[in-house]
Amino acid sequence: MPHSPSDKKLSENIEEYLETIYRLSNNGERVKTTEISKTRNIAPGSVTQMLQKLNKMGYVDYSQYKGVKLTDTGFKKAKSITRKHRLLERFLHDILKLKNSLLHEQACEMEHSLSDDAERALCQVLEYPDTCPDDSPIPACDFPFTSCEECMARKEEVGEVGKRNENLIPIMDLKDHQEGKVSFIRGDYKIIRRLLDMGITIGAKIRVMKVAPLKGPVEVSIRGSKLAIGRDIACNVFVELTGDSKATTKSQATAK
Amino acid sequence: MDNRSEQKTSTSSNGRPENNKRDNITIALAGNANVGKSVIFNELTGSNQIIGNWPGKTVELAEGHLHFEGHEIDVVDLPGIYSFSTYSMEEVVSREFIAFKKPDVVINVVDAAVLERNLFFTMQLMEMEVPMVVCINQVDIAQQKGIVIDTEKLEKALKVPVVATVAIRGEGLHELVEQAVEIAGKYQKPKPLEYGAEVENRIRILSDYIDSKKLELEYATRWVAIKLLENDPEIRSLIQSKSEDVVRRAYQLATEIEDIHQEPSFAVIAAERYSIANLIVQGAQIQTKIKTSFSEKLDRLFTHHILGYVTSALVVGGLLLWTFVVGDFFSGLLGDALSFFQPVDPQISGPIVSILWNGAFGGLVAGLTLIIPFVIPFYLMLSLIENSGVLTRVAFMMDSLMHKIGLHGKALIPMILGYGCNVPAIDSTRILETRRERLLAAFAITFAPCAARTIVVLGLVAVYVSVWWAIALYAIDILVMFIMGRVALKVVPGETPGLIMEIHSFKLPSISVALKQTWSRTKSLIYLVFPVYIISSAAIQALYAFGVLTPIANALAPITVVWLGLPVVAGLVLIFGVVRKEFVLLILVTLFGTNLAPFFTPVQFIVLALVSMLFIPCVATVTVLLREFGWKSTTTIVLANFATAIVVGGIALRLLLPFF
Repeated sequence: MPHSPSDKKLSENIEEYLETIYRLSNNGERVKTTEISKTRNIAPGSVTQMLQKLNKMGYVDYSQYKGVKLTDTGFKKAKSITRKHRLLERFLHDILKLKNSLLHEQACEMEHSLSDDAERALCQVLEYPDTCPDDSPIPACDFPFTSCEECMARKEEVGEVGKRNENLIPIMDLKDHQEGKVSFIRGDYKIIRRLLDMGITIGAKIRVMKVAPLKGPVEVSIRGSKLAIGRDIACNVFVELTGDSKATTKSQATAK
Repeated sequence: MDNRSEQKTSTSSNGRPENNKRDNITIALAGNANVGKSVIFNELTGSNQIIGNWPGKTVELAEGHLHFEGHEIDVVDLPGIYSFSTYSMEEVVSREFIAFKKPDVVINVVDAAVLERNLFFTMQLMEMEVPMVVCINQVDIAQQKGIVIDTEKLEKALKVPVVATVAIRGEGLHELVEQAVEIAGKYQKPKPLEYGAEVENRIRILSDYIDSKKLELEYATRWVAIKLLENDPEIRSLIQSKSEDVVRRAYQLATEIEDIHQEPSFAVIAAERYSIANLIVQGAQIQTKIKTSFSEKLDRLFTHHILGYVTSALVVGGLLLWTFVVGDFFSGLLGDALSFFQPVDPQISGPIVSILWNGAFGGLVAGLTLIIPFVIPFYLMLSLIENSGVLTRVAFMMDSLMHKIGLHGKALIPMILGYGCNVPAIDSTRILETRRERLLAAFAITFAPCAARTIVVLGLVAVYVSVWWAIALYAIDILVMFIMGRVALKVVPGETPGLIMEIHSFKLPSISVALKQTWSRTKSLIYLVFPVYIISSAAIQALYAFGVLTPIANALAPITVVWLGLPVVAGLVLIFGVVRKEFVLLILVTLFGTNLAPFFTPVQFIVLALVSMLFIPCVATVTVLLREFGWKSTTTIVLANFATAIVVGGIALRLLLPFF
């Protein structure tokens, strides 16, 4: 991690160079100093100086007359920053609706500070785009996922278990001593896991004992134990009514 | 424990001692919250460990020692948990303890009345492949509910020794330890139960794959495989650092399970575990008849939509009343016994005597007459209502009210504690799930009128103005506490985590357990508070004796005199009040004698009492805040207290003047 402002500047500059080389050397061929100088609009002397530095740092393989090539480490870093850049362009274009002419410069500024987690979240929000707005391919990520579906499945934030259907009633709306079969739970995965651990699994019989007044929690009986469940959670645990308890529920009663 | 871990390093590669005949055995107690684990621990070791009735109480691991038929046994009480996931720190601590410390045997304490839910955890323990004995506790309470458990059948189903106990009466404990020692000697690992074919096959494939990678894990392979399939974040990153291939393979297999069941894999595995537990229960448990136990009748009363509030108020009010009546009585007795202590006038006696006598010794005397008489009855009664299950009901009733200040019902328990003494109250905010909640609760607690503040209010207002004004101050204080809680909620953003709390049966609390608990709590309070009291009390006397405080008090005059309408000396009094709240009264008595009436107007009494109540928390409170939350949060809390005291005091002055 860069510490001082000058360190930061340097590491951004390094990333920019790697990105340029990555872009120019499509099939892994060597890139000429003059090409870089032209693209980046920097004097050839300065470019050479920088390439020598990158060579020392192990990011590129550079010799004066043959041009420059990314090493494995350099390639990995360049790929990652290019990916961030192109994802950001997509984001600025698709979601913020920025003009095309502004995309590149803005993305260049932002890419250096985008963390890997933010990159992943961005990719998820954009629904795993393959290309950036000018149709350049977005390189694949370095996360240990075998597929985008896996990445999506591993979001670990909110989700649902069970099947949703029309006949479901949140336990909050059950009357005292009414019983149902747990059919659908949604919410924070952490909370869902906790509910499952406590025995509120799909298909389990659950009985509402009572609801605390003043919008308080609900007390349920599940697998022989009693639990108090906060209202916000209880609104997201749905049951299907079983047998004779299919009488009117509170919500149906109020609907009439 | 340190000796033991050294001893363990010299064991064979699989973490097991090579010789079978060992005199030193470690037993870990594991199980759900409120199954009587801590009672067993106390019965076995006679130690003074804290036990309680609300979920997740035993945050730290308690250790004790037992001599049993020539064996030296270390007993470790693990926190009460419901699963080996990562929902709380307790769960992580417990599974790491079992994996890394490798106890010789785990006693899994199980609530006989809630067998199914408890077996869910038992199965996970078996998956950790640690030698174990299942202890079916509270069989008496289960019987009252019409539940009888056939231990032989249960033993057959689990293939693990099962012992029925009533720990509170010591029944079955001898046999339990006998079994544990035997299992530890044989180092007999349990054989994990099998899941349904779709899951079981994949667990096996993954286990074999993990074994083939030779990752040298502390955890049992099968357990790791299951955790990976459940997508346990901590285990996944642990394995990821060793082998990405395993994580990838686990993902493929988990996806297959998800494809078959159309559910997240963790939900499939939890459901399967429960269906196995259900099958075992059906085979081993006989529900003779469903009885409405006395507990349920009591429950109806305590959570009735109107009467529930009455009982809650009675519990809280009764606890406070009991504390003050009993506390006052003992405080009087101790006060008489220590009546030889009278503060000396530093002008006459000189600085050294006043520092040692007024300061250090005065701190000790105040601690003895204040903390001990009030805190002991408070803790004793609290532990009785806690262990009986009453407090859980109060938390249930008060949940919606507590939500208004961003906390859930459980937070009421530390807040009630705050009425006795802020220090243990802030200490016990550890029962809450997130740091944010703990901070919010601690902040509210710093406004709670503790015993010392009560003394100031009684000593200044009840004596010199009227009892009704004293009660009014109490009400204002509670209002301020609530308002500041709301303000804090706005300042500290975040979501209030929902309440998921077990409501266990009422039970008759054991006096001996309550006494041990009270002693242990009082002891830790003494260790924390007395040194701070004595040292800071001496330090402030030194500052006073060397004339440092008077200029400060004079500098505070714009606030104390102009804004709060108090005499200049109030500044001095309030500075002393930071050390100990009741010093406010003590210093006034030192300066003006035992009758304060000629020196203050009624309004001044009220304002002074109000400001002292809300003012910067005492040093002991600040110490515990620092320990729990660091200096940044502590500074903020202290400043907020200070500002509130000044603002409320000034407003009170202006509102009160027309009345007098």
